[in-house]
Amino acid sequence: MESVAEIEAAAEKLTQAAGMDEDDGFRVAMAVREAAVNAVLHGNNYDPSKFVTASFENTGKSLVITIADEGEGLDPEKLPDPLAPENLLRGTGRGIFLIRSFLDEVHFRQLHPGTELTLIKHLTPADGKEANPDSN
Amino acid sequence: MALSISTRELDGVTILDLSGRITLGEGSVQLRDAIRDLISKGVKHILLNLGDVNYIDSSGLGELVSAYTTAKNQNADVKLLNLTKKVKDVLQVTKLYTVFDIYDDEASAIGSFK
Repeated sequence: MESVAEIEAAAEKLTQAAGMDEDDGFRVAMAVREAAVNAVLHGNNYDPSKFVTASFENTGKSLVITIADEGEGLDPEKLPDPLAPENLLRGTGRGIFLIRSFLDEVHFRQLHPGTELTLIKHLTPADGKEANPDSN
Repeated sequence: MALSISTRELDGVTILDLSGRITLGEGSVQLRDAIRDLISKGVKHILLNLGDVNYIDSSGLGELVSAYTTAKNQNADVKLLNLTKKVKDVLQVTKLYTVFDIYDDEASAIGSFK
């Protein structure tokens, strides 16, 4: 789980550097953390020989984060709706929903093996006017 | 910061004062164990004070739901007190805000169990 904490910290740093307000920054960092947890837990199934790869970029218009695992792949269309009455009291199944709720765009790509999520949050004019494109 | 839990009783209600994060690996298991311990002892009125919980993830939400359903199955109640803005935000997005009884002041929360 150390890698999850590192990825979350990098996301927080990215949102702060972009001048994003605290609420939006929290939502982006949380979505990124959920994606990283999914990659370690459900993607790589805790297999220490498999890697999670993350990249972070501020394009000047958007924050673009990619999280990739080396697992068996994920079909996002088959995920149950956690807001459906029959699923509301389930203990699991809210991670991808939160990611989609907190970001402007979420794209899934199958890597064979693995899944890559591209998470995009558009910057608004209110977000740090001095922010420079940055990546790490 | 990991989750810390302290327990107190007031007017027949067991109050868990939670502080920190309720996330996978940082607090979910502690919360689960604390709730199960209370339920196994026959405690029926449980109030989770989340006033110092500044972060909850999907795993933590799952634990809150499990606490709620576990309690219901034993004719007990788990209610929530003092949500921080961030926790409220996540509960609203996931519609769990409509599931739980949620209070902003302790006296009203305790009174609701009677």
